[in-house]
Amino acid sequence: MKCFSRYLPYIFRPPNTILSSSCHTEADIISTVEFNHTGELLATGDKGGRVVIFQREQESKNQVHRRGEYNVYSTFQSHEPEFDYLKSLEIEEKINKIRWLPQQNAAYFLLSTNDKTVKLWKVSERDKRPEGYNLKDEEGRLRDPSTITTLRVPVLRPMDLMVEATPRRVFANAHTYHINSISVNSDYETYMSADDLRINLWNFEITNQSFNIVDIKPANMEELTEVITAAEFHPHHCNTFVYSSSKGTIRLCDMRTSALCDRHTKFFEEPEDPSNRSFFSEIISSISDVKFSHSGRYIMTRDYLTVKVWDLNMENRPIETYQVHDYLRSKLCSLYENDCIFDKFECVWNGSDSVIMTGSYNNFFRMFDRNTKRDVTLEASRENSKPRAILKPRKVCVGGKRRKDEISVDSLDFSKKILHTAWHPSENIIAVAATNNLYIFQDKVN
Amino acid sequence: MSAEIPEAASAEEQKEMEDKVTSPEKAEEAKLKARYPHLGQKPGGSDFLRKRLQKGQKYFDSGDYNMAKAKMKNKQLPTAAPDKTEVTGDHIPTPQDLPQRKPSLVASKLAG
Repeated sequence: MKCFSRYLPYIFRPPNTILSSSCHTEADIISTVEFNHTGELLATGDKGGRVVIFQREQESKNQVHRRGEYNVYSTFQSHEPEFDYLKSLEIEEKINKIRWLPQQNAAYFLLSTNDKTVKLWKVSERDKRPEGYNLKDEEGRLRDPSTITTLRVPVLRPMDLMVEATPRRVFANAHTYHINSISVNSDYETYMSADDLRINLWNFEITNQSFNIVDIKPANMEELTEVITAAEFHPHHCNTFVYSSSKGTIRLCDMRTSALCDRHTKFFEEPEDPSNRSFFSEIISSISDVKFSHSGRYIMTRDYLTVKVWDLNMENRPIETYQVHDYLRSKLCSLYENDCIFDKFECVWNGSDSVIMTGSYNNFFRMFDRNTKRDVTLEASRENSKPRAILKPRKVCVGGKRRKDEISVDSLDFSKKILHTAWHPSENIIAVAATNNLYIFQDKVN
Repeated sequence: MSAEIPEAASAEEQKEMEDKVTSPEKAEEAKLKARYPHLGQKPGGSDFLRKRLQKGQKYFDSGDYNMAKAKMKNKQLPTAAPDKTEVTGDHIPTPQDLPQRKPSLVASKLAG
């Protein structure tokens, strides 16, 4: 019987294969990672507009000790680079987000988006092919009809498994600004796409129309003070969604109140001590990611230095605040100069909402156990990725004497940032994207 | 242990020292202001936001480019200011600055 520890520290180890590439170009940088609803599939999107889907191996009775590994299942080019000549605007092919639809038949469906266009992809398997055509020969060449003397009925014969990805819908031309989020509604009929200033609601079947449900563009752009940074639908209530802003606030909206949800139903903001205010305050309070818990009771937000958990029933402050890398507070000047202060980190819940995870620099990522209040820093690196190796907790030394295993703040590599992570919906399997490398870690099996 | 009365430093200096000690953020802010004195004089919020909204905007004017090439023999090209202002018509783009427009024909290395 498999069992895994309920509380931190989990003991993570890599599976037998690590999915990575040794030398990379800009296009190889992973820009999004997402498990599907069963955890059987894991999708990654990259800066080159490509999607790679991994599938978990079925565990066989023969190899009981070999945990299900993830192998490549399908890969396709989702988006191409474009140039909007009218606005002199370059449209990157980088995949900003991938979201899976729940499975309703044999095929898998996912939404992938770049800055401007959302696409619905169907990923299906083909393991049979028809043979014995009358008008074509085995290679597909047309036969001369005058040579055909008998008729036969084509039959389906098994073939090597082929996985095909086809674009089923293209939802274009609805966003003036850059799309940062997409979210599938629990009604499975609609989804939303959010850009810096607007949020649109789509029906999966209709590509030439979408409803604008949030519009925060001021009449005079000189008065612009905040932008939308992330948005998500409630996991169970199809009328409820939240969106976060660059000023560190979250608004919850109910689509039943009005067609245009410019007026929020709830407004979440932590009061700030005005004496602590500095030039950096607003920048580091900008929320880079917002996620509902699986229960739907809480939301988690990530800003530059912290992760916060909010109770939907309490708007005036978060119920929990976790420091991700507070030692960076004394480095804000250089982080501003090298633009790292604008890095957008994501955050994820585990399946039971008891542990939250987010990335940091130097290929470090952090986990916080909400029950025991313990936290751990782990590293995604090749040295830690030998099979059967166990991830060792890392520690950053802030000042004074540095122990042998610790790393000092000044030695941190800020080009190695972990912005995207994912947690399997029910098991302790995590996917961590470190630039162009994908690391998958699983919890130790007893 | 007897309490000692501190030297009479001005209240302002003391607060400044306290700030530096209690808030690393304020110390970093002072560092930044020392390097870029003009920063923050325009409303900070809209500057960042406008830069963010304009991401992807690339301007190329062949007339400007050719004029600059001709002038280059005599003068040096103006360089972008060190502070965080937007790139506008002052900066003469070169072909190296322009985006490469080829799509990725190569499959992702993750796909093995």
